[in-house]
Amino acid sequence: MIQILKMAIRDLGRNRRRSFFSALALGMGLALLLLIASVIEGEYRGSMDSSIRLQSGHLQVRAKSYDEDKTSLAWEDLIEDPGQIAGQIASLPAVKIATPRLFASGIVARGDESAGVRIIGIDPSSEANAPYRDGLVAGEFLRADDREGVLIGQSLANKLNLSMGDQVSLLVNTSDGEVDEQLFTIRGMFSTRTPSYDQSTVFLPLGKAQAITRAENHASTIFVLLEDREQAGAVASALHTDQYAVTTWEDMNEFLLQTEQFAQGYMVMIYLIVLGVTATVIVNTLVMAVFERTREIGILSAMGMRGGRIMAMFFAESGLLAVIGILMGLVIGGLLVLYATNVGFYIGDFGVTGMLLGERIYAYLTLSDTITLTIIAFIVTLLAALYPALLAARLEPVDALHGGKLA
Amino acid sequence: MEVTKIDNVTRVFKIGTVETQALRGVSLSIQNGEFTALVGPSGSGKTTLLQLIGCLDQPTSGQVYINGKDVSKLNRNQRADMRRGTIGFIFQFFALIPTLTAYENIELPLLLIGQSAAERRERVRHLLEAVDLSDRAHHRPDQLSGGQQQRVAIARALAPKPALILADEPTANLDTPNGKQVMETMTRLNQETGVTFVFATHDPRVIQYARRVIMLRDGAIVENTEPEKAGVGV
Repeated sequence: MIQILKMAIRDLGRNRRRSFFSALALGMGLALLLLIASVIEGEYRGSMDSSIRLQSGHLQVRAKSYDEDKTSLAWEDLIEDPGQIAGQIASLPAVKIATPRLFASGIVARGDESAGVRIIGIDPSSEANAPYRDGLVAGEFLRADDREGVLIGQSLANKLNLSMGDQVSLLVNTSDGEVDEQLFTIRGMFSTRTPSYDQSTVFLPLGKAQAITRAENHASTIFVLLEDREQAGAVASALHTDQYAVTTWEDMNEFLLQTEQFAQGYMVMIYLIVLGVTATVIVNTLVMAVFERTREIGILSAMGMRGGRIMAMFFAESGLLAVIGILMGLVIGGLLVLYATNVGFYIGDFGVTGMLLGERIYAYLTLSDTITLTIIAFIVTLLAALYPALLAARLEPVDALHGGKLA
Repeated sequence: MEVTKIDNVTRVFKIGTVETQALRGVSLSIQNGEFTALVGPSGSGKTTLLQLIGCLDQPTSGQVYINGKDVSKLNRNQRADMRRGTIGFIFQFFALIPTLTAYENIELPLLLIGQSAAERRERVRHLLEAVDLSDRAHHRPDQLSGGQQQRVAIARALAPKPALILADEPTANLDTPNGKQVMETMTRLNQETGVTFVFATHDPRVIQYARRVIMLRDGAIVENTEPEKAGVGV
């Protein structure tokens, strides 16, 4: 075995340039796959994180009849006395934050320009607002007793040419099915680096939102963040009542999870295409080697080396090419992924329905993807040796010794 | 004792629809320790006969025996097993593995028969001495002269202590002094080790070393001098 490996190393060394480029082809293929896998993983992770932080939270407690798509403000679809319920939920050990939120749909208008927005009434003191508070780019955050101030996304401000302190008119649907309109002053602007979200979201203090929508002491949902999102199912069971529906982040982001699964299936196709091309390069290298070394194969056969052992020699060569190629791939891929993880790719406002994409995509390489891709690359390279190895093993020694007649 | 026996062997090669009869009913017996030359012009069937004795090829009809065992119907792997350790080969084109050193080339058949590292080391050193190449042990074939390469090939053929060594035109690619040295080495090793040598040649300078000469023409034996009647009328 050691001798076979030694021969394989030296055989690869005969044509160093060809061996190097064959290994490099595998390395580039693997590096590319690592980059693609990490970017897709990063994209979904980023999107899921954004969705949880900005939209869904880990859990939401709502009235059973509440329909998220309709943004209903009818009292029977809302939670009564939400502050008290949020307090109770927050007292559970697994819960980090629980805060009431009220959603309404409306229009922001200034002069001739207007935009449809989602109005969210929040408790300004809640830690759940960290993404907006930390993302303040101008002005200040809302105060609970502010009756005339709003917080708007920077991209909405840009769209409507709004500046700090400007007055905007807010048209809001109300609980009794009417539309109310009031003037508000822009107190602050935020950026979550998720353009589609920032362009369509306006925050009001919960009290003011309840007043303008006439929801009184009601909220659409209790927004809950947990210490560990894996506990969502357990906490949801604990909170289960006949009165309210408890939905987990997985339920609320079902579309995202489904598209991720779809994307993973899609990735397998890309793996096969890239590695198929790489395998062709390796097959070519080894077939060339069989042609060049036909006479040597004849000599080994004459000495009594069985076909199986001759095949093993070519598998050893492809195994070595695989190891060298994979090492190159891990180094090149590692550098690419490192760059994509830290710097990311700027995609701007790249709207994808159902996904909250940041303006940059950051890669995230999982250990499982790295191991899976490395193993697949190794197996594909070994399989690539099958045809050349069979070609060599099937050579008749007499023909091989005369340097010819490949089957 | 009989090392190999050929019994009424024919070998027909087919190329497309054309059939060429390379051997026409050859019978022959070679005893242990012989130093025998197969001679004859090109196309007389020398190489074909060597390949059949060496289990590299199969006869179209007739039987080939090695150490009393009929090898004419063996499959590819069985023939490989038969060759391994039992039959050594020396080829016209030296046939060393270019990536291995002289030492490693000689060691290769010993690896194939599963000898231990210590046994191999001992045997290879002994053989390098026997062919007077101890100082070239770690040279690769391209760092050796043609004569030196052929002596490495002789050592490699001898390494597993085979019953029979077959050499096909062993000096054809060598100049006269190197050819002479190779033949003298083969003769000496035949005498020292008692291993049987059968070599194909049409070089009169080589034939003179043989102790038995078998002459082939058009695929048939036309003259077969008995052992110990070397150099008879060739």
